[in-house]
Amino acid sequence: MLKIDNVTKRFGSHTAVDSLSLTIPKGEMFGFLGANGAGKTTTFRMILGLIDLTEGSIRWNNEPIGYDTSSLIGYLPEERGLYPKMKVKEQIVYLARLRGMDKKNAEKELIEWLRKFNVPEYENKRVEELSKGNQQKIQFIASVIHKPQLLILDEPFSGLDPVNVELLKKAVYELKEQGTTIVFSSHRMEHVEELCESLCIIHRGSPIVQGRLNEIKRDFGKKNLMIKADFELKELETLPGVIKMKKLIGGAILQIENEDVSQAILDFLKPKGFIRQFSLEEPSLNDIFIEKAGASYE
Amino acid sequence: MNRFGLILAKSYMNKIKSKSFLITTIIFTLVIIGATNFQSITSLFEGSGDGDEEKWQVVVYEEDTEIAGSLSDQVAILNSSIEVSGGEAGRVDLEEQLENGEFDALLSISMTEAGRIDAEYLSASLTANSYSVDLQAALQTIQSNMAANRLSLSADELATLNMPVAFSQAAYVDSAKSAEELDQARGLVYVLIFVIYMSVLIYSMMIATEVATEKSSRVMEILISSVPPIQQIFAKILGIGLVGLTQIFIWAIVGILSVNLSSDTLEGGIYSLFDFSSGSISTIVYGIVFFLLGYFLYATLAAFLGSLVSRSEDLQQVLMPVNILIVGGAMLAFFGLAEPESGYITVTSYIPFFTPLVMFTRVGMLNIPFWEPAIAISLTVLTILVLGWFGAKVYRGGVLMYGNSSSLKDIKQAVQLSKKEKS
Repeated sequence: MLKIDNVTKRFGSHTAVDSLSLTIPKGEMFGFLGANGAGKTTTFRMILGLIDLTEGSIRWNNEPIGYDTSSLIGYLPEERGLYPKMKVKEQIVYLARLRGMDKKNAEKELIEWLRKFNVPEYENKRVEELSKGNQQKIQFIASVIHKPQLLILDEPFSGLDPVNVELLKKAVYELKEQGTTIVFSSHRMEHVEELCESLCIIHRGSPIVQGRLNEIKRDFGKKNLMIKADFELKELETLPGVIKMKKLIGGAILQIENEDVSQAILDFLKPKGFIRQFSLEEPSLNDIFIEKAGASYE
Repeated sequence: MNRFGLILAKSYMNKIKSKSFLITTIIFTLVIIGATNFQSITSLFEGSGDGDEEKWQVVVYEEDTEIAGSLSDQVAILNSSIEVSGGEAGRVDLEEQLENGEFDALLSISMTEAGRIDAEYLSASLTANSYSVDLQAALQTIQSNMAANRLSLSADELATLNMPVAFSQAAYVDSAKSAEELDQARGLVYVLIFVIYMSVLIYSMMIATEVATEKSSRVMEILISSVPPIQQIFAKILGIGLVGLTQIFIWAIVGILSVNLSSDTLEGGIYSLFDFSSGSISTIVYGIVFFLLGYFLYATLAAFLGSLVSRSEDLQQVLMPVNILIVGGAMLAFFGLAEPESGYITVTSYIPFFTPLVMFTRVGMLNIPFWEPAIAISLTVLTILVLGWFGAKVYRGGVLMYGNSSSLKDIKQAVQLSKKEKS
């Protein structure tokens, strides 16, 4: 269990992370969201013990995290980087051994991972010869090869094509099934929605939304209403309970205060004519993120 | 193998297997072989020395004297590669022949009333200075002999007149090095200063490059989360240091073999500078100690400065002050060779950044009591430890910073980034 307790980090007068508390149970996949510069990477670096906390504490299974525990922890930094001139095998084995793995085991695992990613022929290639997406696969292998208990992935899917995103997602999911606790950050809300049970949105260093995905959606209250009809929908915007409306071709998406509003709208529409589609939808994480994190930009 | 050993092994093997290591080793090996066979090589270019065509042809024009013959004899004793012959034409014609390249130099000789020889040496260039010096010496002898004749001095009397002073030097302090010893010491110290200077410069640069490369390729973030920075720094420094020792070891072996196999006589010439006797053993031991000190001092400095730059292109800029310190130390050391007892050499030999080169010069050139180098060595070791401790802090923060500038402000920021701020 990863326990982040009331953590604050200040750089001089600038507060990068402000009173952040999180508890991530073992074997859970946790989404860590935030706009650029919100403090995600700083938080990760604090979890890894790379920078010290100004206040608070971070513990993994009630132990402080440091170089003694580095074999238990895997980290995929946002800025990808490997030794460009070294061969894939040499490099991965070296990095795995630094995390306390023995050579034979590392070689065996590497071959397995390369096969899983459909690139067994890369074993003896130099990293600089590989494409960026493939370098990223190698980097991913470097962060998980030693079978960490806690895996921190900073933007794991950025810069990958859809096929490779699926490949990596599957790998991440398998690791989770094997009991790895995974914290990952992403700008892509659909990835977080797809993979995470719990999440946290931080904004300017403080958490603004936090909890289980379905609860967050429920607590958000607002719903989306998708309507497609053969007549003009413009007047809907002025109805009570409608927050905003986005026009589509032959229809509209309304954001409404709560689900009861939808029934009033349905009554309003019925006499008007033919309704092709009328559906009440959960708000997407994207909506929640934009509203919560974007509000203070306005 | 533990992490420290892993990083050490990797730093060492990577460099040993690199092309640049191979190339510098080979180039310097060739230089050593060349230097130890210097005489054989130069004689190849000088040729056999028998053929007339290689001789320096000097034609003598005389107005009222008859000394060309005796000049020829005298010169033959002094320098066999000069051939003197009497001119058989007028001066203007001879000058024309000289310009046409029929001979190498024209010597016009006349004699004053008082018996002084006036000679004028004319040649296309004055680079072959030793020829004119030899000619002048020969003329001097002839002039002295002629004067002796006029004064009716016997050959013995003339010899008495020309007797050189017997001048020898000695220092009254027992342990002070004699002039002869000093000359021998100077040669060895000179070479060792040069070796220390070059290797400290090259290997500390190597360290900084390695750190900057790891940082610019962003692999650092993984490394720093696996292995404590202080272990990384010292594993690298030790690894590269071993590369340096390997290289120096190879060169030493080549040097010793080459000297032993060389067909040169090991006397005279540049060898007079090297006397591998008892005194030089301690100089060599000190040389190794000061090499290690200099290396660790500057490598630590270079490692943490290297951690501040984001791109290897910026490396030169941050290393500039380090290079200035190293070059400054070397200049002081070379001045120190000439006057090892001057005040500024004594003072700077205790400044840790200069100690490796300057104190070494003093140890090599003077017989100073053991406590003096001992104090300087302790000061330097202390500085290395402080730099290592401080460097690890900067390194830890520095490798996480990516920006353009590279300045003192960055050092402060890096320390801050790694600082414990627990309240």
